[in-house]
Amino acid sequence: MPVTTYQLSVNGEQREVSVDPSTPLLWVLREELKMTGTKYGCGIGACGACTVHLGGHTARSCLVPVSLIGERSIVTIEGIGQDPVGRAVQDAWVDNDVVQCGYCQSGQIMSAVALLKATPKPTDVNIEQSMGGNLCRCGTYVRIRAAIKSAAWNL
Amino acid sequence: MEPLNRRSFLRVSVAVGGGLMASLYVDPPAFARNGTQAPAKVYPPDAFVHIRPDGQIVITVNRAELGQGVGTSFPMMLADELDADWSQVVAELAPAGDVYKDPVYGFQNTGGSASIANSFQQYRELGARTRAMLIAAAADRWHVAPASCRAASSVVYGPDGQSVRYAELADEAARRPVPERVPLKQASEFRIMGKQVRRLDGRAKCDGSQKFGLDLDLPGMMIAVVAHPPVFGGRVKAVDDADARGMAGLHDVFEIPLIHGTAVAVVADRFWTAKQARDRLKIEWDLTGIERPESSELWARYQELAGNVGNVAVSRGDESAWDHIARGNRIVAEYRLPYLAHTPMEPLNATIRFDGDRAEAWVPTQIPGFDQAAIAEVLGLKAEDVTLHTEFSGGGFGLRQAFDSHVPREAATIAQRARGIPVKLMWTREDDVRGGYYRPMFLHRVEVGIGANGMPAAWRHIAVGQSYVIGSPFESFLVKNGVDFESIGGTVDTPYVIPNFRVSTHHPTINVPPCQWRSVGYSHNAFVMETLVDELATRAKADPIAYRLKLLNPDARRLRAALSLLDQRSEWRRRLPAGQAVGIACLQYQGTAVACAAAVAIENKRPRIHRVTVALHCGQPVNPLSIENQFQGGIVFGLTQLLPKGAITLKDGRVEQRNFDGFTPPYIGDCPANIEVHIVPSDEPPTGCGEPPVPVISPAVVNALARLTGKRYRTLPLVSL
Repeated sequence: MPVTTYQLSVNGEQREVSVDPSTPLLWVLREELKMTGTKYGCGIGACGACTVHLGGHTARSCLVPVSLIGERSIVTIEGIGQDPVGRAVQDAWVDNDVVQCGYCQSGQIMSAVALLKATPKPTDVNIEQSMGGNLCRCGTYVRIRAAIKSAAWNL
Repeated sequence: MEPLNRRSFLRVSVAVGGGLMASLYVDPPAFARNGTQAPAKVYPPDAFVHIRPDGQIVITVNRAELGQGVGTSFPMMLADELDADWSQVVAELAPAGDVYKDPVYGFQNTGGSASIANSFQQYRELGARTRAMLIAAAADRWHVAPASCRAASSVVYGPDGQSVRYAELADEAARRPVPERVPLKQASEFRIMGKQVRRLDGRAKCDGSQKFGLDLDLPGMMIAVVAHPPVFGGRVKAVDDADARGMAGLHDVFEIPLIHGTAVAVVADRFWTAKQARDRLKIEWDLTGIERPESSELWARYQELAGNVGNVAVSRGDESAWDHIARGNRIVAEYRLPYLAHTPMEPLNATIRFDGDRAEAWVPTQIPGFDQAAIAEVLGLKAEDVTLHTEFSGGGFGLRQAFDSHVPREAATIAQRARGIPVKLMWTREDDVRGGYYRPMFLHRVEVGIGANGMPAAWRHIAVGQSYVIGSPFESFLVKNGVDFESIGGTVDTPYVIPNFRVSTHHPTINVPPCQWRSVGYSHNAFVMETLVDELATRAKADPIAYRLKLLNPDARRLRAALSLLDQRSEWRRRLPAGQAVGIACLQYQGTAVACAAAVAIENKRPRIHRVTVALHCGQPVNPLSIENQFQGGIVFGLTQLLPKGAITLKDGRVEQRNFDGFTPPYIGDCPANIEVHIVPSDEPPTGCGEPPVPVISPAVVNALARLTGKRYRTLPLVSL
């Protein structure tokens, strides 16, 4: 398909990219905009490492072609710290020493922020549901639960 | 490979009873037994610690940061002896280089849970030497005796109220001779070690700024993906690239040799272009003469092999003891444990630029020196002409330690053709799941004869599975009499006292590349041993912890301590809610002892783990917070093979799983909400914590299930209850 130019709103900034319309948002972020905080893990929406916020909702950026983004705002791990909930989640992650290899944690944090925005005081069941599609091979889940609860407490 | 310079991997001794008893443990280095004795080699501090004019202290870590926390614990060891201001410490990963070799193993390696154990003395001495040089420089300035000065938090204080910051002394100190012998602190003097210290890379891994190998971006860089053969060792017969040709950004499509077989490389300016181009290739593969393994046939073959005694690894006592055991006191058990993929979250990758007479490489790797040599070999260079940067790894679990360096070789082959242009080779998740280098599948056949006291009186054990050591540079260290001792770690060196005991192995050659997987042989051996011992405890109507303590060798001090601590900390197991049962398991790996209790219920025909308590003994805990993390994470990693899709299977030579939809590791909902970790206090030299937790959870859960259902589950993954 011919290269097409798109105007994207990424972390509050207007960005222009010219790419094949089928290019997933993940690769637009990583390769065109050089924002590598959003990770490739599976390419089929099964691991959540590429999770971003699209129009205020979590999205697996590996599955969303750039041509379908339209006007929706994009928020990535690089921008989530500007949001009070995002900052609280990042701080809780650091305080609880959640990360190990850290590769999946951008996606975990983006999912956790969306959870806390929708459900400020989540239960364990809420956490399992909202975080249920984010894989962590290092197995940091116990601390992810703790960090979400401490972020909820601090907000 | 380099000869191991000081010690061998394998300590082999003639055991009581005349058998060959081998321990895979590295001898504790002599220096680890005596806190002030200098190791044979004095490492140059300037290769490991750099004090910047602004006060920042950069500490070089001679290991891969895979998530296990060496990027924090290694600086802790050095900074404590250096009396550094911890808030000013940053870590960087060492490139490939002689000075960064493991002081015990003799090559650059991150594996065997050996990092802390092997470098505890090394990094402390580096800190102490640097501190001594800084103090000497300050004493010179003030014309006082060094002994009259002291240091704290990156400042040297003189006898008369003088003080000077390390940063101001760094240049003078660097010109001084490196002291041969330095005193080290007593544990009571530690200010950083032994404390709960958060990770140095914690913030960068939460704001997207941490770069991993896959994130590398170089000017003019191209991306390569490779179409691998559908059966291991397959060869390209013909490539039709008509549908890909002309794609904007596509650079090159060409055939490349692999270690086994050939493949097609696609090079483009972007990943998405390369991936799409690869999808459009029509490749005809030549599979003639290639074994096409099929899981069901492999199990049948393994079962047949297990019908006969293999190469004997250990045989002590009386082989005929079994004949005297009454039928009702015999257990004959066959275990089937599958191929397992590592699936680190960051897929494999390597970036190389070949400039004709030299090359530069960026690889997230556990073995930088091996990869450097492999890249050099492919490019026809000397190893020293390849600069290799160790990139941060998004998990490893043994996969980035494949000693044939197949991924860097693939990248080098492509970089050779792209001469002058940096090329990043990216494996997709499909390449990873189908790419081999799995934990080998194993079949264990065990005959246990129970004595009158309820304890095992005869134990005949046959293990069947591939060896990844045979044919590797480590064969001469780890293979004796045809037995790959690493493959039966956890069985051959069992800490249980079993009087008439024989273990033998068969190592068939199968057309599926195997690889070490976090906790190596223990991942299957501990499952077999701990479920059988549990069965014995149940038959003896004994408490599973008390039974193990009774069966353990009196010398198994650490394991006894861990079990006793577990007993104290799992009081909850005596008042479980209805529908739950507890399972116990324990093991000792590379010196670290671990004991685990898991509370399990059956919900929707699946085990639901409600609670896990772990007690461990790893000697002196360098960073208790990191240890807790490793144990919590290791338990989760160990759950992989309990999940319904926790296996790699083959049909007609092809791997049946493609991605995380087919090989599915645990998600948060599959895991216990809490994993409590308790550490036995100790001031003994530290041992590792990356692998020991992994093997303990599967047997603990299955032992709990046996209490709930009366069934012994000997085949993994647990497809249905």
